[in-house]
Amino acid sequence: MGGAAQQTGGRWAALLARYAPMPGVADELMDPAGRVRPVWHGLLDHLAARSPAEVDAQIARGEHYLRDAGVFTRLYSSKDETERAWPLSPVPVILPERDWTHIAEGLRQRADLLEAVVRDLYGPGRLVAEGHLPAALVAGSPEWLRPLVGAEPRGGHFLHLLAFELGRSPDGGWFVLGDRTQAPSGAGFALENRVATSRVFSDLYPEANVERLAPFFRRFRDALNGLRADDDSRVGILTPGPMNDTYYEHAYIARYLGFMLLQGDDMVVQDGRLMVRTVAGPRPVSVLWRRLDAAFADPLELDAASRLGTPGLVGAIRAGQVGMVNALGAGVVEARALMAFLPRLAPLLTGAPLRLPNIATWWCGQAAERDYVARNAGRMMIGPAHSNRLFFEEQAGHRHDRPLADWLEAEGAALVAQEAVALSTTPVWDGGALVPRPMSLRVFLARTPDGWAVMPGGYARIGQGGETTAVTMQAGGRVADVWVVADAPVAAETMVPPTAAFRRSEVSILPARAADNLFWLGRYVERVEAVVRLLRAYHLRLAETDRGERPLLTRLAGFLALQGVAVEAPLAAVLAPRVAAARACAGQVRDRFSIDGWLALTDLGQAVATLDSPGATGSEAARRLGQILRQIAGFSGLVHENMYRFTGWRFLTLGRALERANAMAWTLAEFADPAMPDGALDLAVEVGDSLMTHRRRYAVATTRDTVVDLLALDERNPRAILYQLDLVRDLVDRLPGQGADGQLTPLARRVLKVQTDLAVADPGTLDTAALQALRARTDEIATLLARAYLT
Amino acid sequence: MLYDIGLTITYSYAPTSGPGRHLLRLMPATLPGRQRLVAGRLAVEPRPAEERRWTDFWGNAVTEVAFAGGHAQERFRLSARVEVTAAPPALDLSAPLARLGAELAAQRSLGPAAPHHFLGPSDRVRPWAGATDYARALLGPDMTTLAIVQAVGQALHRDMRFDAQATTVDTDPAEAFARRRGVCQDFSQIMIACLRGLGIPAGYVSGFLRTTPPPGRARLAGADAMHAWVRAWCGVETGWVDYDPTNAVMPGADHIVVAQGRDYADVAPVRGILRLAAAAVTTQAVDVLPLP
Repeated sequence: MGGAAQQTGGRWAALLARYAPMPGVADELMDPAGRVRPVWHGLLDHLAARSPAEVDAQIARGEHYLRDAGVFTRLYSSKDETERAWPLSPVPVILPERDWTHIAEGLRQRADLLEAVVRDLYGPGRLVAEGHLPAALVAGSPEWLRPLVGAEPRGGHFLHLLAFELGRSPDGGWFVLGDRTQAPSGAGFALENRVATSRVFSDLYPEANVERLAPFFRRFRDALNGLRADDDSRVGILTPGPMNDTYYEHAYIARYLGFMLLQGDDMVVQDGRLMVRTVAGPRPVSVLWRRLDAAFADPLELDAASRLGTPGLVGAIRAGQVGMVNALGAGVVEARALMAFLPRLAPLLTGAPLRLPNIATWWCGQAAERDYVARNAGRMMIGPAHSNRLFFEEQAGHRHDRPLADWLEAEGAALVAQEAVALSTTPVWDGGALVPRPMSLRVFLARTPDGWAVMPGGYARIGQGGETTAVTMQAGGRVADVWVVADAPVAAETMVPPTAAFRRSEVSILPARAADNLFWLGRYVERVEAVVRLLRAYHLRLAETDRGERPLLTRLAGFLALQGVAVEAPLAAVLAPRVAAARACAGQVRDRFSIDGWLALTDLGQAVATLDSPGATGSEAARRLGQILRQIAGFSGLVHENMYRFTGWRFLTLGRALERANAMAWTLAEFADPAMPDGALDLAVEVGDSLMTHRRRYAVATTRDTVVDLLALDERNPRAILYQLDLVRDLVDRLPGQGADGQLTPLARRVLKVQTDLAVADPGTLDTAALQALRARTDEIATLLARAYLT
Repeated sequence: MLYDIGLTITYSYAPTSGPGRHLLRLMPATLPGRQRLVAGRLAVEPRPAEERRWTDFWGNAVTEVAFAGGHAQERFRLSARVEVTAAPPALDLSAPLARLGAELAAQRSLGPAAPHHFLGPSDRVRPWAGATDYARALLGPDMTTLAIVQAVGQALHRDMRFDAQATTVDTDPAEAFARRRGVCQDFSQIMIACLRGLGIPAGYVSGFLRTTPPPGRARLAGADAMHAWVRAWCGVETGWVDYDPTNAVMPGADHIVVAQGRDYADVAPVRGILRLAAAAVTTQAVDVLPLP
């Protein structure tokens, strides 16, 4: 609006040249008279003081942060594994504290109301018996879980973490668009929004009196710890796993709060108690913050087809052994049909009318409502009654294959109508200036011993175009931070309470599944490296060898073929699936794995995908493979230099050591065999990355004895089998349950025997058959390890 | 009528089973005025690591067992004595279909017998247009709900063929209906879909049939394994009425109720996760003998 620029003396003229809020909608930046609201002055001054290029550079800082942190989301509309960058709009939504106080009070009341409704639906059933809620509505809900009826939740409450979607209506008031009670997502993304946005506005943010988010998480973490049965039992975050669209957030929040990230099959119910299977045996879990929809949680009593659940979990809940955040079945109150009844239930259950209204809603299971909807359908959205989607996420108004009245008559109980309201607009950065876009807020509430804590801002959804009823991330919308600006300076806070004494936190326990994935991650990365070394050796010789005279090349190609590698295949086709296997394992344990390590693996995947180009064989291919080797070394360096020596690191390293020992035994069995053509011994030394060492140690040309000595029996050569077995022995001794009572476990006994036998061997006795036998013995160790720890 | 019931269900695993947890719904029910469990015993082999008895939402008796694994065979052996009282045929005072909706809406309960549970889609039965159309074609003017229930059951008995090879325990009712073949589970779940499509609440009953018929009567189909039939809500006055579409009869003294629910998933005789049990083989043997 040109007028706005004039009224502000032109100091923001360039910024606001294209800022024209639509008539009939509210705007966050400008009041109805077109004046910029005071809370925005600081941000506009900040932007106006910089050239568009400088602002773009600041925005790039936020994008760098998100990329380096590995923040991504998965498109849940499609089946593929596409991950996309977190779509952050860098300009925050700024709200004054008094707006926020009003929102927080309204939502606390609403949270209490929802708790009271859930409690009744799983308890006395008074709301239905007295006619306040239709029986058909509750009975028809797929989230009203009959096996949980009558189960008193551990700790006394059904709801612990809630999210509400809010919009601002054209008259400027806030109203609730949707309730999230099942397993609200986004709290972790709110933190990432905040970190990224505060990097973009690093000069402004510390001075802008923005309410901090960390205290909310600290209070929630303490509340969850307080729900535990005793100090021995744990809090876990239950995730559906890496295929879920918000798995990144599950791993992030687990790392941030220090809780275990668990999948259903990490746990087992024993004598009515929920236990997590760890490498040190079963350990009790008494609180689960679930990010899994309830129906999947227990195939025994809920959805029998679920592979994500834990059989017997519902029984453990009924027995009062597990506190669920939120209770299984709490999703019944997030159906939007319920919003038709909440305004009437509020006085009944909380003693006061709703402080914050919700979107006008009509459940079509009743004749009077049906008629009203039929007459006013033009300004309504009609859709499934038990869905929790927001009205603007609906694809279409109603299906056109039959008249509206017939549809309402036939399926009324399954349908709900909601008023199509216009949402307010907020500024986004667009090519050097600000433009208005529709937005909705997501607000999180957590139950604490002192009542509901409200996260002050953090998460808004921004629509794509000018259309004020279309805000969806899936369709290309964005997300923005929300700043609640206080009138006075706020204290900077982090997760660590300022008064807490220094305490070394307890080493976390390692679920068997996580250990298994770390073990295989170690193996797979080592396997990629071994194949790259062999391929590089092949291409080097391809460049140097005359045609028709290459028996060694043929043998090498045959050896690679035994490992499933065709030398004529494109390099990417060979390596990409192998890197993907490693990445899949890493993806299962992202909460335990450094961000840099994950990014290194991502980079490696991209590098192998682009290895090929026409004519890139021979020395050019060898050169490129050398680059890949250096990248793998970069990954290994990150892991082995930076990863804390937790039990998880031991499994990762065991995987690598056993794989390397096995591969070297195989390589020697093949290329140190006396029947091999000339050059085979040199090839083995090259593949073993020990050319320099060989030259120094032996000062002679390679012989079978020198090569086997260096690559099998030298305890100081990190490529040698004995070196790796020494390492395996040391690692196994430090695993849980080893050497506890002076007794050797079957695993430790086998490791000791294999390592000792090799330590006393000499190159003469270590012939091809003995090397093959050594391979088999490393496989036995892996099997014993898996039996003891990984299943 | 007094019966002695013997049932043995055997699962064989090759090579052996992993850890497992099962819910068993095998014990005949006590239904006041209709059926009484005089005595019953459920033996489980091998000896389970955990065993617990409880009652589910629908009022069915459940035995929950957990095995540590490593066994090649599981066997569940039921022996029970049950007294069944056949109700005399009553006058049809059920509501006409047109009035059923209003009577339903007036029901303010979510207890296990509340009709609202049995109207919408459930795990195994999602009403589809083909079933609704089939049922609607059977409607005559002013039929009572009970008359409709019987008409639908008789029509299915006429149009469907009993064929134990045509379907499995997991066959979708719509698919069995398309083939017009199946066993008692298919007959019952199809009938449930038909009735729900018309707006009549309908549920699933599992149980037993007497193995040998009374003199002069034919043997009922489905007597060599556990049986299933339908119950339908016919209005406030009449309440729930059972119907066996596999045999086109109103269950009387020959039908022994074990469990009731919305469909098979609520009452499956053995429910549970069989880890690593790709090669599980089941056998079932039933004897339902009337005592003199």
